Amino acid sequence: MLKLDNVTKVFKTGSFGGSSLPAVRGTSFEIRPGEVTALIGESGSGKSTLGKMILRLTPVTSGTITFEGTDISALKGRSLREYYRHVQGVFQDPFSSYNPVFRADRVFATIKRSYFPGVTSSEWRERVAATLESVGLNPADVLDKFTHQLSGGQLQRILIARALLLDIKILVADEIISMLDASTRVDVLNLLSNLKGRGLGVLFITHDLSLGNYIAERTIILRRGLIVEMGATAKVFDNPQHAYTKMLLTAVPQLHKKWEAGSAPQVEPYPVAPADEPSADRYSKSALHPLAGHHRRLARKGAVAEAEREAARENRTDTYLRMHEEAQPLVEVEEDHFVATAAAAE
Amino acid sequence: MALKVDHLRVCYRTLRGDVNAVDDVSFEIGDGEIMGLAGESGCGKSTLGNSLVRMDVRMRVVGGGADLDGQKMPLSDDKAMREFRFKQVSIVPQYAMSALNPTRRVGRMVSELLKSRGFDYKATLPELERRVKLVGLDADVLTRFPIELSGGMKQRTVMVISTLLNPSLLIADEVTSALDVSTQRAVGEMLLEFRDRQFVKSMMVITHDLSILAQVADTILVMYAGKLAEKASAEVVIGSPLHPYTQLLISSLPEVGVRHDEHTLVGIPGRPPSLLNPPVGCRFRERCPFAFDRCGEEPPFVEVKPGHSVACWLYADAGLPAGGAAQC
Repeated sequence: MLKLDNVTKVFKTGSFGGSSLPAVRGTSFEIRPGEVTALIGESGSGKSTLGKMILRLTPVTSGTITFEGTDISALKGRSLREYYRHVQGVFQDPFSSYNPVFRADRVFATIKRSYFPGVTSSEWRERVAATLESVGLNPADVLDKFTHQLSGGQLQRILIARALLLDIKILVADEIISMLDASTRVDVLNLLSNLKGRGLGVLFITHDLSLGNYIAERTIILRRGLIVEMGATAKVFDNPQHAYTKMLLTAVPQLHKKWEAGSAPQVEPYPVAPADEPSADRYSKSALHPLAGHHRRLARKGAVAEAEREAARENRTDTYLRMHEEAQPLVEVEEDHFVATAAAAE
Repeated sequence: MALKVDHLRVCYRTLRGDVNAVDDVSFEIGDGEIMGLAGESGCGKSTLGNSLVRMDVRMRVVGGGADLDGQKMPLSDDKAMREFRFKQVSIVPQYAMSALNPTRRVGRMVSELLKSRGFDYKATLPELERRVKLVGLDADVLTRFPIELSGGMKQRTVMVISTLLNPSLLIADEVTSALDVSTQRAVGEMLLEFRDRQFVKSMMVITHDLSILAQVADTILVMYAGKLAEKASAEVVIGSPLHPYTQLLISSLPEVGVRHDEHTLVGIPGRPPSLLNPPVGCRFRERCPFAFDRCGEEPPFVEVKPGHSVACWLYADAGLPAGGAAQC
């Protein structure tokens, strides 16, 4: 239904946009209706960038994303609005997704104004109530409340309900439960899983392997902007082929099993910065730069800020590696199970 | 006994009244013990940790106290605590990544810190470099600004700095939560190594993530709404918990290998009570499937089996599970 074909995203960083940071490189996959696809990666792997590109929050550098046969990068105005009628996202921090000045249920009013101006308010109220019940909320508990009066789990569910009020076919869920408490997060997970029954395709972006394993039909493991392993969840988790996937699986803390001694992943080596890399004080330089204002505006949009934060979180060598590490084509090792080649050859 | 906390009560003063974030908490940590402190957000676990180093002047200790190595801890005395902190008790704060001064190179920051405590940086430097190498970093890290380090590297740097003077107790507050799984493991194993090398005598690891505690902790203390719920060895808390809250919490955690289609996990309905006007009696009563009349009174936190304490009326009398609670 939604198809990514050789999608690449390169962020320009540095004071003159002189250095580039490839966040996603040549990624192709598909989100199918009635399936949860888990996109798993560590910080800086480009998983959130992929979600943002699908939601048209940031443009692709090259490659195409097609939804039901149309290239989404060309959408504008009315057609873009129609696209958002079918594709919606929910993000990590429920508290910053809302404007705390207004009541939380204002998100429903804005949907009505943009998409359903013809619906009478009494009918709309019924629809909202029915949708809230379908996400496991009691309308009386959450309507007419401010965000600080609601819990994180309730707020996330309201956002899911908001998406469901539209005729959505794809839901991009970017780390939606990592801010929730352990006792409530599993309910939101179950809710997502139940959405499959409605024929919805869910892209579940997470860093937590156990969550992906719990709800997803298909799993994509992402590392430094490249897919290293992809396929049916059972196959990827039970029979991991790529060394990176294996390492992740041994590092996950489990309740009933201790980390195996000796299987520890290598502690990341200290970076030896390549001589030609710009120094890290680019922040101070960019403040003096004539285009600094422009950069700040971009940063406000979140794209550059995100890339720089990710670049800082990683280290400069890593950035260097990203650009020079060869992309390896995916090879099908068994039915519906793809691995980047070098590992498959092992 | 390294740390002995006795009926400690910590409250925050707000416009709407006092919030008792830590309410009548007593426990002990032995020498060489890593105690995990688990609970949901708002249960008072960080407040408990911070109050032991007096991190935040807004919190007021309104009752009880704590002894460290037989010495009374100055929990409400800023001046005395200044002498105590970093030398005897140290903390790795939540979001340690932002605990480093961004305008100083790491080495200079450490030297200023040591000077303020009356230590000589030059004399401590070899030991500092040795420890930095021990955690897998290059000694070069001391000449870097924090922005040049990745999240995991900053976390490890902060841990080295916090434990530099071999404190008796280290409070590690959510040290692994912002990290990737592979770095999480490296930091978790570092905690164990610091204990084994006796850089710190005992540790209190505060986290919401029980699976990390299953890896590193010797004992686990579970808190709920400012009160203690359960304390036992890590295997017992994970494997055969007694308190209904711990049981439900553990059964709601997805693990690698558990799939929704085969085994649907359930969360705990409801949310923790407000601590502004906490309910009388057991604070978990409203969400507890086993609640009965007696839960209107407050359950005592008592030892029901050797080394296993729990605050629940189900076990108050004989120390035996009533009904089918244990099988839940």
